[in-house]
Amino acid sequence: MLNEIIQTIPQVLIDGLTLGTVYAVIALGYTMVYGILELINFAHGEIFMTGAFIGTTLLLLFTGIGWISALPAIVMLLTVLIITAVLTGLLGMGIERLAYRPLRHAPRLIPLITAIGISFVLQDIVRFIAELSKGSYIVTGPNLFTNQLLLKTSSISSIFNDASIKASFVIVLVTAVVMMIGLDIFVNRTKWGMAMRAVAQDRETASLMTVNVNKVIAITFFIGSALGGATGVLFAVQYGTIDPYIGFILGLKAFTAAVLGGIGNIRGAMLGGLLLGVLEMFASANLTLLTGGVFGAEYKDVFAFAILITVLLFKPEGLLGKPATEKV
Amino acid sequence: MKKIWKKYEHNKLAHGIFLLIYIGVTSLSLYLAQKSVTAFLLLLSSLLLLYYTKFTNLTKWLVAGIVLVFLLPFTASHGDAYQSYMEVSTLVGIYIAMALGLNIVVGMAGLLDLGFVAFFAVGAYTYSIFASSQASHFMPFGTFPLSGESFWIFIVIGCLVAALFGILLGIPVLRVKGDYLAIVTLGFGEIIRIIFNNLDRPVNITNGAMGIPSVTPPRLFGIDFLYPSQFYFIVLVILLITIFTVRRFEHSKIGRSWKAVRENEIAAQSMGIPLVRTKLLAFAIGASFSGMMGVVFAAKQAFVDPTSFTLLESFTILVMVVLGGMGSVPGVILGASVMTILNLQVLSELTNWLNQLSLSGIISIPYALSPAKMQRLIFGAILITFALYRPQGLIPAKNRRFDEKELQRLNRKAISENKKIEQKGV
Amino acid sequence: MRFRKTLMILAAGVLLAGVLAGCGGKSKTGSKDGLQVIKIATQTPLSGGSATIGEAIKLGAQLGLDDQKEKFKEMGFELQLVPYDDQSDPKKGVANAQIIGADQAILAVVGHYNSGVAIPSSEVYEKYNLPMVSPANTATDVTDRGLKTVNRIVARDDSQGPAGAEYAVKTLGAKKIFIIQDKTAYGTGIADAFKKAAEEAGAEIVGYEGITLGEKDFNGVLNQVLSKKPDLVYFGGIYSEGGLLIKQGREKGINIPFMGGDGMDASTLVEIAGDTIKNTYITSAAGDSTKSEAGKEFMQRYKEINKKDPEAYSVYGYDSMGVVLQAIENAIKANNNKLPTREQVRDAIREIKDYKGVLTEVSFDDIGDNDYAKVFIYSFNEAKYPPQLEGEVEK
Repeated sequence: MLNEIIQTIPQVLIDGLTLGTVYAVIALGYTMVYGILELINFAHGEIFMTGAFIGTTLLLLFTGIGWISALPAIVMLLTVLIITAVLTGLLGMGIERLAYRPLRHAPRLIPLITAIGISFVLQDIVRFIAELSKGSYIVTGPNLFTNQLLLKTSSISSIFNDASIKASFVIVLVTAVVMMIGLDIFVNRTKWGMAMRAVAQDRETASLMTVNVNKVIAITFFIGSALGGATGVLFAVQYGTIDPYIGFILGLKAFTAAVLGGIGNIRGAMLGGLLLGVLEMFASANLTLLTGGVFGAEYKDVFAFAILITVLLFKPEGLLGKPATEKV
Repeated sequence: MKKIWKKYEHNKLAHGIFLLIYIGVTSLSLYLAQKSVTAFLLLLSSLLLLYYTKFTNLTKWLVAGIVLVFLLPFTASHGDAYQSYMEVSTLVGIYIAMALGLNIVVGMAGLLDLGFVAFFAVGAYTYSIFASSQASHFMPFGTFPLSGESFWIFIVIGCLVAALFGILLGIPVLRVKGDYLAIVTLGFGEIIRIIFNNLDRPVNITNGAMGIPSVTPPRLFGIDFLYPSQFYFIVLVILLITIFTVRRFEHSKIGRSWKAVRENEIAAQSMGIPLVRTKLLAFAIGASFSGMMGVVFAAKQAFVDPTSFTLLESFTILVMVVLGGMGSVPGVILGASVMTILNLQVLSELTNWLNQLSLSGIISIPYALSPAKMQRLIFGAILITFALYRPQGLIPAKNRRFDEKELQRLNRKAISENKKIEQKGV
Repeated sequence: MRFRKTLMILAAGVLLAGVLAGCGGKSKTGSKDGLQVIKIATQTPLSGGSATIGEAIKLGAQLGLDDQKEKFKEMGFELQLVPYDDQSDPKKGVANAQIIGADQAILAVVGHYNSGVAIPSSEVYEKYNLPMVSPANTATDVTDRGLKTVNRIVARDDSQGPAGAEYAVKTLGAKKIFIIQDKTAYGTGIADAFKKAAEEAGAEIVGYEGITLGEKDFNGVLNQVLSKKPDLVYFGGIYSEGGLLIKQGREKGINIPFMGGDGMDASTLVEIAGDTIKNTYITSAAGDSTKSEAGKEFMQRYKEINKKDPEAYSVYGYDSMGVVLQAIENAIKANNNKLPTREQVRDAIREIKDYKGVLTEVSFDDIGDNDYAKVFIYSFNEAKYPPQLEGEVEK
């Protein structure tokens, strides 16, 4: 039994990391907004979904006018990524301006309600546009980066099986890592990043120190949403098929990841996302083996949530979060 | 205009007359135009008007009782749409009870629970497993399905089992706060649903995704409860008990401790409120209402499967609470009614109407835009609008006001009595 | 306070309007041309994950109704279709069923797509004696409860599963089979039926796993498939997950045949899976409409009117409507050209014998299953929909 599990580990790890990077980058959006506003931006999953749709539309458009043969695919992907990121970033800023800013002093649950409202509205608008233009809201993008690489993990040690990697996985991973590092540098090394951290720590004091709080919050939303949208494009490239309802489940998982890593903590979100992806993949590949057929792959979400609850019970601030001291 | 309004506002008689006319006309129009959903809704909204009149609470309850027990079923009963109105009313009642339960947890105790539908599921499964042949898959003794008479006991059992689950959830959750609490409860809700969805192996307890068909209908004095019009009265009775209980709790010691914990945990603790017990009670009591209604729901549907208990359902209940006004009992009742009626009746009717229009060629709307598919959009738009322009909810929560003079008088009386006792003692 | 005031004024205003509407409302029954209105309801998911098929059923039924409008007009009746959206949600389905049951002008229902919705909803129809003809529900419990009102023109799970199993074991020679299902009522039903039949036919079931509806990444389960090395993968579920499963499986180098049930029978499956669809087999209760003249004509017209390609279930929506209207016509004739009651329509539907639809013949047995229901086996040899017909199995 153990043998079988170990054999598949390289493949499970790769698939888990693919899913995990997606979780991680979406989790970043949750964690950044939470860090600054203490608000669960439930609409973030929908921004991710919108990004996936915008990206797929652009890719289909570019393929339609023949750019795909004229340009290397990677350049096209980058163009699409940037356009989508800007668009979804603006969308995120718009949502903040419209739905969150007027509610900054309202009871804490109220912005949560607008967030759920915005999720529904975005889902339906995207569905409507897709349906009007295509007749069905399940959209399949062009096939990119489909070549398979074979990773000879069996040469490391004979107990491993070989693992196959889709070319797009490499691209997804590299782009995501670049985005994460970029964000880390932005937050920790730049002036705007410093302002962001200041606002997160104490909004009022920061505003006394001539930090333009509204602007900082808008920028936070822009960056978080741009990352979310770009991840949407990566997701569409990796999995090919999208529908307007992907944001909900993925958003939920990403939020779980953010909490797992310690919400409000950027590195924690990355760690939480990767961890959750790998754990989930491991569970769905091995639960049957581990439990002798009593629990199957269908319990993978139970497994993920159970781990989350356990972590929270013993380290309520998350893996990398700092314990919050309560002001009395 | 303003003057008339001012006069009207303080004139009880005018209120009474207006209300009577209103109720009379709406019930008459419901009686005459049987298919008019508008008349039905207008009659229901008379309760809202009633709430805003200046009568004493007793009068209000009496009038509401007359409208709900006699007038509504009677005027609706003469037409074809009777059962459909009663179905809607029954579901409204079920959701009100659930929203009231969640209101205790979220609105009063301030614990954000995103997996509340789990308790509803627990109640529904408790009854349906034993009231169908399902239980014989894993219980070698006893004969199943149980008879319909057991339904009445199961309302209590469902209530207790749900309360037990509430405590089970509460114990680990006590360590986490705020948004962590939200995600843990959300996880709990999902875990319960997934487990119900998969518990057909290794031992077939819930029949998995296939659901449990042919749940025995309730039976009382040899009468089987089959139609929504019958369930309506069951729901009404339970609802009455629920509202009464919630009202009593709200102004009791425990209700005040919930509010104290909501406002500031540390301050509450230092005032001697036992945090653990207070929070656990909130979870248990909130869950128990949901469990009761779960039993009723299972009996009404005669079929239970996990698709009725999704995360969206939890959100819907939360939205009802927030829309109505967190912590406000009348508000939550209104919020739950509005949401349920909107979802079940108004949007469906609107779609039909538009469909008729486009069939007769008056307007043409692209198929993708048909309102039946726009439910989420409308739902979302309402949420946003309300949160932005009326964040305190439809009927904001009010703390009970005390008459200062009355209190002082009581206080003085107590002091003088004490003095008397002291003097006598001396 | 402002809120309260607006409310009062609103109430008073609405009251007036209500009174007016109440007075005017009475005269609206009956139709403009003095024809009696007969309504047929459809109840299918028009929103949510299964909307493609739900819509196809509705459009098929609409076409079926439009075709006979003239005929019924001559008899003095006006046909109307009232579509309802059950959102694949049992609660919504039951609430809609109450509304449908309450509308006495509705004489029959064509519907449901999800068996989980059809079962509780039909309990309501039964109370109203309102007959239902299902174009798509394959779960055994739908008719096995013995309701008088429930009929279906498609094959049952326990004929579809075995037909697939027999083909997989006998024709494709599969010895080791891996079964995946989507943990819905439909997926579990068909996967269990397949599993039982495959075991009886002598195949070994090397794995039986569930996936989560709505997800896009199935690599975890596919890794299990990879390590078990089966000869065939059977998927009990619908096209949106099925397509991705096939695609991701092929990318992992799983080149064995995939097989699925009628839930995979949709053009979107091909769209999602693309070229990787090759070597995929599906069993379906829906026949190949391109084979017959009538079928071709139907597809042509469907495309012209609705501006989109028909799905496999479009024609079943059409035929269900045909059965319903045939029965109503019979009932009208038996009732001296007067409007029949629901009971009469219900019995007339059950008595339908040898009705020739565009695609299938229909004769209902005593619990409402179709005697002629066949299971068809298709294969995808290229990324094209509809797939190639491989064979058919009688009930």
